[in-house]
Amino acid sequence: MPGLMARLSLIFKAKFSKALDRAENPNETLDYSYEEQLRQLQNVKRGIADVTTAKKRLELQYTSMQQQVDKLDGQARDALKANREDLAREALTRKAAVQGQLDGIMQQGQQLEAQQSKLVEGERTLQAKVEAFRTQKEVIKAQYSAAEAQVRIGEAATGIGEQMADVGLAVQRAKDKTEQMQARANAIDELTASGALTDLTSSGDDIDRQLAQISQGGQVDDELAKLKAEVGGGGEAPKAIEGEEAK
Amino acid sequence: MIVRLLGEGQFRVDDSLIGRLNELDAEVEKAVAAGDERALWTGLQALADAVRENGVKLADDDLSPSDAVIPPEDLSLEEARELLQDEGFIPDVPVAS
Repeated sequence: MPGLMARLSLIFKAKFSKALDRAENPNETLDYSYEEQLRQLQNVKRGIADVTTAKKRLELQYTSMQQQVDKLDGQARDALKANREDLAREALTRKAAVQGQLDGIMQQGQQLEAQQSKLVEGERTLQAKVEAFRTQKEVIKAQYSAAEAQVRIGEAATGIGEQMADVGLAVQRAKDKTEQMQARANAIDELTASGALTDLTSSGDDIDRQLAQISQGGQVDDELAKLKAEVGGGGEAPKAIEGEEAK
Repeated sequence: MIVRLLGEGQFRVDDSLIGRLNELDAEVEKAVAAGDERALWTGLQALADAVRENGVKLADDDLSPSDAVIPPEDLSLEEARELLQDEGFIPDVPVAS
């Protein structure tokens, strides 16, 4: 079995020798080829636009997931202040799960970034080649015999086909990458929906509720103490109650 | 000869480089067989570097076809296996149909 380079070269040769065989009626083929190239170029542009859109959507999701991490961190702190180590542990466990997915998305995002800049470069090259083909086809029509033209068309079409396949593959790989990232983001959503990871940003969160109860309990104690102090004028609480009864 | 680095473009290199490229290609193949993604990436990078260092980039409007095609440097092990198994890895392009 040949190596990857050898294998890939064989695949390309097989693919584009077909293109070469089909170039039989030079003038018609030339015009048709060019129209096909323009159509493919549009497809490539649409593909690149799709990747950009998917990446933007993921960036928005990333922000909301980061907020979840921050919130869980805050909850862990609040829980610890209230001497509830169990709640703090729960919050930190959830934080680790979300953070793990986030880190994965971040890493894939960096790879996507690199792929994206190559895509733009590849599209620019493709555009230049299609433009060169447009000029060259007129030269071929005007200056060459049918047999010569056939050879030149075959070569030019193969050169463009290669570039097209290259950019097409790059678009496909970038799309796959955004889909992998989306799957990670969805995994967090699914964890949330299934209850394994309660929706951490909603007010119905059990950690939130328990923390709220603790702080409400604390408030009641504080106010009670304040009231006692006011009513009793610094004296004993029972006296104040007696005074009220006497009234 | 003309070598295409997928995702990067075409380079004209001296024919004397073919031997070196084939050696590196064999290392890449070994890495895939061993299921070693790190070694795969190292191998692919060595291939790409050899072309970049010894080659001259072709002009964007040059329509010459390539004599050899080298996979992207960040190819995953899974993609590499797909590439070795079938032709589906490269999308069909009906350019001159």
